[in-house]
Amino acid sequence: MTPQETRNLVLSVILLGLAALLPLFDDGYWLSIGVTVLMYTVLATSWALFSGPTHYISLATAAFYGMGTLIVGFGIDTVPYSVLLLISVIVGAVAAALIGLATLRLSGVYFVIFTLGLAEMIRQVVSWLQNNLGGSRGMYVLTDLTDTHIYWELLAVVAAVFLVGWWIGRSRLGFSLRIIGNDEVVAAHCGINTARAKIILFMVSGMFASLTGALLAPRWTYIEPNLAFSPLLSFEVVIMALFGGVSRLWGPLVGVIPFTILLELIEANYPSQTILVMGIAFLLIVYLVPRGVVGRLEELIRKYRQGGK
Amino acid sequence: MDILITGLLLGGTYTLIAMGLNLQYGVARIMNLANGEMLVAGAFAAFWTYTAGQISPFLSILYVAPLAFAANWLIYRILLVPLIKRAKSQGQLESDSILATFGLGFAFVGIMVATFGAEYFSYDYLGTGIDFAGSVFALNRIIAFCAAVIICGLLYLWLNKSRPGIAVRAVAVNPNSASLVGINVSKVSALAFALGGAVTAVGGVLISTFLTLDASIGVLFTMKALIIVIMGGVGDVRGVIIAALILGLVETAVATLIDPGLTLAAAYLIFIIILLYRPQGLFGRPST
Repeated sequence: MTPQETRNLVLSVILLGLAALLPLFDDGYWLSIGVTVLMYTVLATSWALFSGPTHYISLATAAFYGMGTLIVGFGIDTVPYSVLLLISVIVGAVAAALIGLATLRLSGVYFVIFTLGLAEMIRQVVSWLQNNLGGSRGMYVLTDLTDTHIYWELLAVVAAVFLVGWWIGRSRLGFSLRIIGNDEVVAAHCGINTARAKIILFMVSGMFASLTGALLAPRWTYIEPNLAFSPLLSFEVVIMALFGGVSRLWGPLVGVIPFTILLELIEANYPSQTILVMGIAFLLIVYLVPRGVVGRLEELIRKYRQGGK
Repeated sequence: MDILITGLLLGGTYTLIAMGLNLQYGVARIMNLANGEMLVAGAFAAFWTYTAGQISPFLSILYVAPLAFAANWLIYRILLVPLIKRAKSQGQLESDSILATFGLGFAFVGIMVATFGAEYFSYDYLGTGIDFAGSVFALNRIIAFCAAVIICGLLYLWLNKSRPGIAVRAVAVNPNSASLVGINVSKVSALAFALGGAVTAVGGVLISTFLTLDASIGVLFTMKALIIVIMGGVGDVRGVIIAALILGLVETAVATLIDPGLTLAAAYLIFIIILLYRPQGLFGRPST
C-alpha cells in the first residue's frame, strides 16, 4: 500500500468508527435519519460502481431492493433471518445476471428502458401471484431488531461496499470497465469481454441493493408489494449519486446527505411536491453540475493550481 | 373475436403514440422519456375542454396539436440543443438527454399534480355501445381508432410525398449525408421533435376518451411507446404500426384471459423476446 492509501484507510476507519457511535447519543429522530442516510449511501455507492464508469443509467435499484424486502417478508416465519439475508444476496445477483444477459449485450438505451419499468412489472407479477395462490397481500415482519441494530448492520454493509469498490477500482475488472466507459469499441478491440465485465459489475450492484432491502424489512414490520417496490427509489438513488459525482468512490456520499435531509423535509411539509423537486434536481444536475459536485470541485482545484503557477 | 377487435382498436391509438416517439428518437435522435407526460397533458386538455365547456374532446385536438407543437419546439430549442452541442459522443448525448427528459417529465408530473390533483380522472363521452360482429363495442373506442388511422395516414403521406417530409426521412437515415445535400439538419430535427410531441399529445386526447388516467401514469405510456418503437425498429413506420397492433392485441388478451393487472408484464414478455431474438426490430436488418 502506498502512504496515501494507508492514510485513506485510516481516515475511513476513523470516520466509520465515529458514525458507529451515533446510536449511543440518540435513538429517535436522528437515528432514523441516520438509517436512511446509510441506506441511500449503500444504494447510491453500489449504483455508482456500475453506472459510474460505464455511463449506463440503471433504474433497477427499486426492483432489487423490493426483492430483498419481499424475500424477508415471505420467509421470516419459517427461515432464520441470516439465511434470508444470504438468499436475498443470491437472488439479487442472479436477477442482475439475467437482466444483464438480456440487455447488456446490446446498446445502453435498451438497458435503461428495460430497467425503467422493471420494479413495476415485478410488483404486478407478485401481486397477481399473491391474489391467485391465496394468502393476503400484506406480510408481517416481526423481529426484535431495532433501528440501532439496523443502523449497525447497514454501517457494516457501507464498509463492505467501499472495500469492494476500492478493490474493483484497482483490479483488471475496474480497468476494463473504465475503458468500456471511454469507448466500447476500443475496449472490444483490446480483447476485453465487454458484456461479461458489465454483467459482473451489475451483479455486484444488484446484490447490494437486494441486501439493503432485506436489511430494512424489519423496519417496516408490515410489508406489501406496493410498499416494497416504491418506483421513486431508483430515481432518488440516481439523483443522489450523480449530484455527488461518480468520479470518486466517496462522491455519491456527498449527494446522499443533503438529499436525504431535503427529501425528509419535503416529505414532512409538502408531500405531494416530491416529484416536482426530483424533476428540478434532474435538470439542475444535467445543466449545472454534469460531473457532480465532486467533479466540479476537482475542476476548480485544478484551475486554481494552474493559475497559481 | 372480442379480444381481436378490442385489441386492434387499442393498438390503433398506441400506433399514434409510438409514431410520436419514433419521430423524436428516429429523426431528432433524442430519447424523450417525457413523452408519456406530453400524452397525459393532452388528455388533461381534452378532459378540461369537455367538463368545462361540453365541447367534444375530438375538437380539442384543434388547439392541443398546435400548442404541443410549440411547446415541444421550445423544449428542443432551449433545453436539448445545448446538450447536443456539449456532447462529445452519441453515448453521452443519450445519457444526458435521458436524464434531462426524466427531469422534464418529473417536473411536468409535479406541476400537473399541483394544479389538477393526483386523483384519477375520466369523463363519459360517447360511451354508448354499438353492435359489431355479434358483440358490443363502445363508440368512443371506434372513433378514437378511426381518428388515429386518419392521422397516421396523413403523417405517412406527408413523410413520403411532401418535400419537408422527405427531408425528415433523410435525416432519419443519415444526418451527415442529409446535410451534404443541403438539408438544414438542426431545423429538420427541431421540426420532427415538435411534430412528434404534437402527435403524442393528440394520442393522449384520443386515449382519454376511453381510459381512466391520472397525472403520474405518463411513464407507463412512455414505456409502452418505447417497447413498440424498439419492436418495430427505430425509424420504421410500417414496423411501428404492426408492433403497436401486436402490443394492443397481447395486452387485451392478457387483460381478458388472465388478469387486467398484468398488462405491463405482458409488454415485458414481448420486450424480452424481441431483445433476445430481434433486437434490430421486426423488419430491421442486423447492423454490422
